Amino acid sequence: MTLTHYLVLSGILFSVGSATVLLRRNAIIAFMGVELMLNATNLALVTFSRMHGELTGQVLAFFVMVVAAAEVVVGLAIIVAIFRTRRSASIDDVNLLKS
Amino acid sequence: MSALVAGATELAAGALPAVSGLLPRAVDSAGDPSTAEAVLFWVLAPIMVIAAFGLLFARKAVHAALCVILVMISLAFLYVTQGAVFLGVVQVVVYTGAIMMLFLFVLMLVGVSSADSLVETIRGQRWIGWLAGLGLLVVLAGVIGTATYPDPVGLGTANESTNPRGIAHLIFGQYVFAMEVVGALLVTAALGALVFTHRRRLTPRLGQRERADARVRAGQTLAPLPAPGVYAKHNAMDVPALDPYGRPITSSVPRVLRVRGQEADAAEYAARIDRVIAGKSAVERGALGYEEQHQTPPPQADPAGASVGAPQIGDAVAGVDASAPDSEEGK
Repeated sequence: MTLTHYLVLSGILFSVGSATVLLRRNAIIAFMGVELMLNATNLALVTFSRMHGELTGQVLAFFVMVVAAAEVVVGLAIIVAIFRTRRSASIDDVNLLKS
Repeated sequence: MSALVAGATELAAGALPAVSGLLPRAVDSAGDPSTAEAVLFWVLAPIMVIAAFGLLFARKAVHAALCVILVMISLAFLYVTQGAVFLGVVQVVVYTGAIMMLFLFVLMLVGVSSADSLVETIRGQRWIGWLAGLGLLVVLAGVIGTATYPDPVGLGTANESTNPRGIAHLIFGQYVFAMEVVGALLVTAALGALVFTHRRRLTPRLGQRERADARVRAGQTLAPLPAPGVYAKHNAMDVPALDPYGRPITSSVPRVLRVRGQEADAAEYAARIDRVIAGKSAVERGALGYEEQHQTPPPQADPAGASVGAPQIGDAVAGVDASAPDSEEGK
C-alpha cells in the first residue's frame, strides 16, 4: 500500500459525491453530495500534506471545513426558505423563471 | 496577536505533554504506510465507498444522512492515521457533530418523507448524470495514475512539537489574514441565515386587546359560552344548557359534537320545556319522571320572562337535585 491509495479513495468519493449532486432531486441529499466532495478534497489535502512533510495542506483542509460550515448554514437556510414558500424540497420544482 | 499565539502555545504545551509522547508513536507519521495502517485503510475504504454509494442510492433522506455520517467518521480515523490529529478531532466535532446534525435537523423540519420525484424535467438527465460522474472518475483516475509523486516525507519533523501546535503556528502566523477573513465569512453566513429564515410580518400583530375589540365590534358572545347541560336534569356533554326562559342553548354543546351530530336532540328538550311551561297535566309530567316527586308548581307561561325568573331558578335547583342519581347511573 502506498499513499496513492488515499488519493484513489479520495477520487472515488469525489466522483460519487458529484454523481449524487447530478442525479438526486432532493435538495438536501444533493447538498450532502457537495459535503462528500468537500470531504474527499480534504482527504487528498491531508495526504498531500503527509507526502510533502508540510502542515500547509492541513491548514488548507481546516479552512475548507470552516467554509463548508458557512456554506451549510446558508444553503440549508435557502432550502428552508424555499420549502416554506413552495412546500417542496425538490430541486426540479424551482423552475419558476422558466418561460 | 503574538501574545495570543504565545498564550495558546503555552496552553498547548501545558496540556499536551502526555499526548505528545503518545500520539506520534501511535500514528507512526513516517512517510511510508505501515502494515497496521494498511489494514486500517483496507477495512475502512470499502466501508466508506459503500456508504458513499448508500448516499447515492438511498431512498430515504435520513438513511443518506446516516451514510454520510459513517463516511465522515471513517475519514476522521484516516486523518488521525495520517498524522493529522487536529483535523481528525475537528472532523468529528465540526462535521459529524455540527454540520450533519444540522442536516438532520433541517430534514426533520422539511419532512422526512420528502421523496424524489420521478419526473425528468430535463430529458435524459439521468444518463447525462451517470455519464458525467463516470467521466469525472475516469479523469481523476487518469490524473492520479499519471502524476509523479515525490518520495513521501512524512510528518515526523512537522509534527515534532505535536500536530495542533504546528497547525496553530501556521494559522496564527503565516495564514493569520486568511483566518480573519474566514471569521468574517462565518459572521456573514450567520447573518445570511438569519435574513433568509426571517419572515416579514405582512399584517399587524394581533394582540389580546385587538382580539377583544374585534369581538365587541362583531357583536359576538363576549363571555365564555355556557357549559353544556349541567344545570338541568342531565349532567352530560351532549345535553344543551337551558337559558333563563328554559330554552335549550345550542351553542353550549361543544362544536365537535354538533358537527358530528352527536348532541342530544335540542328540539326534544324544547318540547319538554314547552310542556312544563304550558302547565300540562300531572300525568304527562309523571311520565317525565321527577317533577311529580318534587311537586314543583307549574310556572306560568310568560315570554316576557322577568316575573318567571324566581320559580324557574327553583326548578333548576330541583333539577340539579334530581340529576344526582342520574349522573351516578351514567358513571
